[in-house]
Amino acid sequence: MRTLLFLLQKEFRQVFRDPSIIRMIFVMPSIQLLVLPWAADYEVKNINLVVVDHDHSAYTQKLISTITASGYFQLDIYTASYTDALHEIEQDRADIVLEIPATFEKDFIKEQHTNLFIAVNAINGTKAGLGSAYLQTILTDYNKDIRVKFIQQPKFNTAPVINVTYSNWFNPLMNYKYFMVPGIIVILLTMVGSFLASLNIVKEKETGTIEQINVTPIKKYHFILGKLIPFWILGLMILTIGLTISYFAYGIVPAGGFLTIYIFAAVYLLAVLGLGLLVSTYCGTQQQAMLISFFLMMIFTLMGGLYTPIDSMPEWAQWITRFNPVTYFIEVMRMVVLKGSSLADIRKHIFIVLGFAAVLNTWAVLSYRKRS
Amino acid sequence: MKQFFAFVKKEFYHIFRDRRTLFILLALPIVQIIIFGFALTNEVKNTKVAVLDQSHDNATASLIHEIDASKYFDLAVNIHSQSEIENIFKTGAAKLVIVLPASFESDLQHLNTAQVQLIADASDPNTATTLINYATSVIRDYQQRITDERKIPYTISAQVRMLYNPQMKGAYSFVPGVMAMVLMLVCTLMTAITIVREKELGTMEVMLVSPLQPLKIILAKAVPYLLLSIVNISSILLLSVFVLDVPINGSLLLLMMESILFIITCLSFGLLISAGTDSQQTAMFIALTGMFLPTVMLSGFMFPVENMPLPLRIISNVVPAKWFYIIVKSVMIKGVNLSGIWKETLILIGMTIFLLSMAIKKFKIRLA
Repeated sequence: MRTLLFLLQKEFRQVFRDPSIIRMIFVMPSIQLLVLPWAADYEVKNINLVVVDHDHSAYTQKLISTITASGYFQLDIYTASYTDALHEIEQDRADIVLEIPATFEKDFIKEQHTNLFIAVNAINGTKAGLGSAYLQTILTDYNKDIRVKFIQQPKFNTAPVINVTYSNWFNPLMNYKYFMVPGIIVILLTMVGSFLASLNIVKEKETGTIEQINVTPIKKYHFILGKLIPFWILGLMILTIGLTISYFAYGIVPAGGFLTIYIFAAVYLLAVLGLGLLVSTYCGTQQQAMLISFFLMMIFTLMGGLYTPIDSMPEWAQWITRFNPVTYFIEVMRMVVLKGSSLADIRKHIFIVLGFAAVLNTWAVLSYRKRS
Repeated sequence: MKQFFAFVKKEFYHIFRDRRTLFILLALPIVQIIIFGFALTNEVKNTKVAVLDQSHDNATASLIHEIDASKYFDLAVNIHSQSEIENIFKTGAAKLVIVLPASFESDLQHLNTAQVQLIADASDPNTATTLINYATSVIRDYQQRITDERKIPYTISAQVRMLYNPQMKGAYSFVPGVMAMVLMLVCTLMTAITIVREKELGTMEVMLVSPLQPLKIILAKAVPYLLLSIVNISSILLLSVFVLDVPINGSLLLLMMESILFIITCLSFGLLISAGTDSQQTAMFIALTGMFLPTVMLSGFMFPVENMPLPLRIISNVVPAKWFYIIVKSVMIKGVNLSGIWKETLILIGMTIFLLSMAIKKFKIRLA
């Protein structure tokens, strides 16, 4: 026990001796947490529309003003030909082309049927799908409006109509920050925890100080615990800063209580730090440790369900997410912060992450050799 | 010049001697582009939905069938009361609940109007919006079908064409994004520790007493990594075309040149970090923790830049990956030539010159 205390003292001194690292550990995550959530808005709006109006009739005028009034579309560009409109799309100045044929009004009145042409930049499939859906909904409404002028509407609907109403639970105002901020906290915590732990041991290897530790009677688990505990405490401090910022800057109060988050984070950090230790036992240089941590980090982050939905991933990728601790923490954050889940609700997550922690740390202890 | 090449050779030896690091450097982008190319998509498909059918008639049965049959939704559970909804969301068993009221069919037949209520788990607002849109359109299709051939006069119909990506594949927007991100991070990381490592190991003094000018020392450090990165970009492009089916519609030569330009930008950035820091740990911390999230979030490939508030839109301009992402999308998928991307190219060139000269300046200070 005393050995461990001395080791801890040494580690803490080492960490706090370098002021630039300390500053980065605390300042960088705080700044990112203050800035980045504002960027996270998937909502499809401000779609740039370019109109090619060959008809120039009263109908097209009204159609265009209906579209701009919807709020989804920005309409600054009118071109004389479809080719010019396509050029606007090529140059990224427009997302959707609406081409109105010269016979638009005539066809409508005489043939009672008229056609429009829509071309969408579909590189981003989601934006394209939603953008064209919005435009078509507006068209349908517009169509309904002008049809009324031509046909005397009966009192009751002649065709069956299904009215769809909807509500959004847990986040009725669709505030993206409620969703992103907890996720970003998870990522920052994971990054700082796993990098620091893995770099720390490798650094001792690289500078040769690990030899000195190895010739002392310190036991393996002393050494590992000595490395683990300081970063565990640092991690919880970062979590505290993160939650404080999310309360003051974004007004986020976890519906399920802070304690639930702390309990999960405490277990989670063990798993993440275990991973860092494991990486460091297999690496000889800081560069290698860094590259491997970075590789894992990128996969963990991008496949954690924060940016893209896990349900949409192919089966094998979903299997990867099951071994991704970040997935569980992000899910827990969402459950606790927004849905008010309690410890009982997240017990499955806690056990899984506890399992990760046990496996990773045991593995790290076993593969750490005093003689390299 | 001879001295310079001797230095380059020395740096090469350093890299090739460490086989494990070399392997990681070359394998990392390959694995990442494959995983992300296949796994990342904003599309919503196979989402689990729950149905609360209070009517149990033919109409609701066929509507439910329609929803289950669409590729967006998988019917996960049937629930029997409103009170179960909260639990469904809390356990994550479904992301959307479709509520069909009692007398759905008779309302539809007798009043010609019926109600459907959609309840989405909006803890993920993006998915919620998309789900509601898709469900609405599936229901609209169903309605269209039962309205059937009753031809309605005075109809405006619209023909929609999806340009560049008719199958709406997620890979078309994610592959260029992942390319920008992987290159940015790998290249910056590689050079970020080169100089600082020498400082830490004490070999810096040896370099400084050599007759080579600082500029050349820096360049000599970057050259091997440039070649490595060219190998990386080639493997990434081969994978995108042959494995991920993302075409190169524009000029391959132009795409390569632009990629090399971007690689040089990132290597310069790494050099600047390296020249300005004192320990590998600090350098890597800046390169990774400092750049990872901003690159993911501000380069425009995850979140549309035009939605961001003005200050962030301004900040996003200094993220090199943003410009490279636009370039790759334009050349690779739209097939645009240099005249369409000269502005972005110039910006990257400007950034490179700035970063490199800053790196040299910082490096000189160390000399004194």
